[in-house]
Amino acid sequence: MVQHFRPAIVLIVLMTLLTGVLYPFAITGFANVVFPHRAGGSMILRDGNVIGSALIGQNFTSDKYFHGRPSATNTPDPNDPTKNVDAPYNAANSGASNYGATSQALIDRVKADVESWHKAGIAGPIPADAVTTSASGLDPDISPANALLQVARVAKARNLPEDKVRAVVTAAIEGRALGVIGEPRVNVLELNLALDALPAT
Amino acid sequence: MSIAGWLQIILVLALVVVAAVPLGGYIVRVLAGEHNLLSPVLAPVERGFYRAAGVDERKEHGWLAYTMAMLIFSLFHLLVLYAMQRLQNYLPLDPKGFDPVAPDLAFNTSMSFVTNTNWQNYAGETTLTHFVQMLGLTVHNFLSPAVGLAMAVALARAFIRSEARTIGNFWVDMTRATLYVMLPLAVIVAVALVVLGVPQTLLGSVEATTLEGAKQVISLGPIASQEAIKELGTNGGGFLNANSAHPFENPNAWSNMLEIWALLVIPVATIFAFGRMVGDARQGLSLLWTMAIVLIVGIVAIYAAESYGNPILTALGVDPSLGNFEGKEVRFGQAMTALFATATTGTSTGAVNAMHDSLTPLGGLVPMFNMLLGCITPGGVGSGLYGIIVVALLSVFVAGLMVGRTPEYLGKKIEAREMKFVMFALLIYAVNVLGFAAASAIAPFVVGDSGYLGNKGPHGLSEIIYAFASTNGNNGSAFAGLNGNNLWFNTTLAFAMFLGRFGYVVPVLALAGSLAAKKKVAPSAGTFPTTGPHFVGLLLGVIIILYLLQYFPALALGPVVEHFLMLNGKSF
Repeated sequence: MVQHFRPAIVLIVLMTLLTGVLYPFAITGFANVVFPHRAGGSMILRDGNVIGSALIGQNFTSDKYFHGRPSATNTPDPNDPTKNVDAPYNAANSGASNYGATSQALIDRVKADVESWHKAGIAGPIPADAVTTSASGLDPDISPANALLQVARVAKARNLPEDKVRAVVTAAIEGRALGVIGEPRVNVLELNLALDALPAT
Repeated sequence: MSIAGWLQIILVLALVVVAAVPLGGYIVRVLAGEHNLLSPVLAPVERGFYRAAGVDERKEHGWLAYTMAMLIFSLFHLLVLYAMQRLQNYLPLDPKGFDPVAPDLAFNTSMSFVTNTNWQNYAGETTLTHFVQMLGLTVHNFLSPAVGLAMAVALARAFIRSEARTIGNFWVDMTRATLYVMLPLAVIVAVALVVLGVPQTLLGSVEATTLEGAKQVISLGPIASQEAIKELGTNGGGFLNANSAHPFENPNAWSNMLEIWALLVIPVATIFAFGRMVGDARQGLSLLWTMAIVLIVGIVAIYAAESYGNPILTALGVDPSLGNFEGKEVRFGQAMTALFATATTGTSTGAVNAMHDSLTPLGGLVPMFNMLLGCITPGGVGSGLYGIIVVALLSVFVAGLMVGRTPEYLGKKIEAREMKFVMFALLIYAVNVLGFAAASAIAPFVVGDSGYLGNKGPHGLSEIIYAFASTNGNNGSAFAGLNGNNLWFNTTLAFAMFLGRFGYVVPVLALAGSLAAKKKVAPSAGTFPTTGPHFVGLLLGVIIILYLLQYFPALALGPVVEHFLMLNGKSF
């Protein structure tokens, strides 16, 4: 038994140096030299300030922006650190609702969200992604159907013709690569940036 | 379900097979110590490691010495990871200034990584420093699958040797598996992930000012390097809490395909390697077909169940065309979520690109059943091969009983001694899962109103069964509504992981010793063939009967009853 101690200890140390130090640092060095933008999290700068990551959703609430999906992320309660409070799109603490299909809490939340869409004047079935929380709480995308339903609200808030806003949405829809790979989607942050970049009318 | 969805599923599975055939041959050559493509670079490193460690690469171990070496190595490495977590505030690479990890959580996490489970009771971005992630978790992500591969090859050797006293040298097998198999593949996949947008930086986080003027703190880190080995080593412990659903771990459809490919390729290659080692590719193919059938039935079931949607939400006015969408990401869609969920639980990976807790009841049944099988379709790195061989031995034994002959597998007679080891290994699984799940289900502090369950009704029971199926099968995925970070679950889940790995492999290595010592006999007219559709059918039959007998009552009370309650609009 004791004869195994030396190989165990020496190999743990050497393997740690190889796979725990050399490997991740070599990948880090390579990534930061060759692909610095991606290695740094695909951050988007505007006027020199970081306004977010192209890969991470943001919590849009204003009528003049397209809204992302509901988010279930939270943060420790500042008054009582043993509890959590809702904090949508908290990119420092990813997470999901984890509600099962028969969860009353899920049903209550979806019911309220569907009603608020109906109140906003949207008739008919609501796209599922518009009333469900994502797995990460940081989903950057929405479905094209969801985006198109928001065109009227955004156009009104921005005082723009709906056709003009719809054209921006249509241009922002990413389809399946080669017609097969991926899912049709719209990156909400990039869509909103494109809207902000429209020349004033 | 859509044609594009099916095409994506078929494409990924085809790419896995295309790569696994040559990789299988490479694994055989590497673990036999033959010259290979990477020898010019890695052979000097390998020799240097042996010299420093005092290992004589020509000296082989009997099964007991092999087992002791494996256990001591694992124990020491467990202690290293525990110490790192407890001392992380004194160690470098701590950009967020974290406190030490609590003792029960550190114990759970150490056990989780040394057993190749990677169950996460911690949230990476709010708990662990970069030091622990890189020098602790990433290293375990390399070595725990390498240990699995070593044990699988040791068992395979037992079938090729005749009247042999040794089954290989643990240190040599583990070192070669790490250097030649895990490391080069990890480098390739990590670079590819960076190209596809996965971050790789030493920063802890970046603060952004959003378009609406709010502050958003975005957690970062050396994610790509860990993500690559997390999938390749069938580990599954995410750098970030949301695992492969997080846009930084899995930013787009391409990275998603790469990650599914990576988590399947080595387990599948190992089966091809087995066929080559025993000198009959058909022996490997019959095992692989068995695995593939279970896997494909699972994909169809989960894809269909999720695409149908949740009828309760449809009745509220939700469009069902996207399917059941709670806990899923837009960029993956139902097809590639179904493939990920099936592949991650058919292997012992446990990474997730959607929250399994929010799958429909029948959709959630698929990963649960995969894990109750012990993750053998196609299984973890190494553990898939020795797991399916254990079931194959049971199958030839059952066939032998039916025709009244001494069963054989690959020229080795399977007798009472071998069957005792096989049954011991299989029974540990059942006792482990059902025992711990039953104890949790009757504990008031678990199931009570202020207990640890995230969902009420039958889904709450599913959360408990899932947790022990996952930890016992060394998978690590979760019905994550269950709050596991408490003394009860940190401890019981850690013991379930320990028994599911080491309680299982010690009888398997004893079996290897026993088989190696036997004389290899030539097949006779009375030998039951272990290739072809006949044997695949037998294996599938044994798997279904064996596991349904063990787990059907528990599954009936969990996902099955929940499915019918959902169809009737009942909620909890």
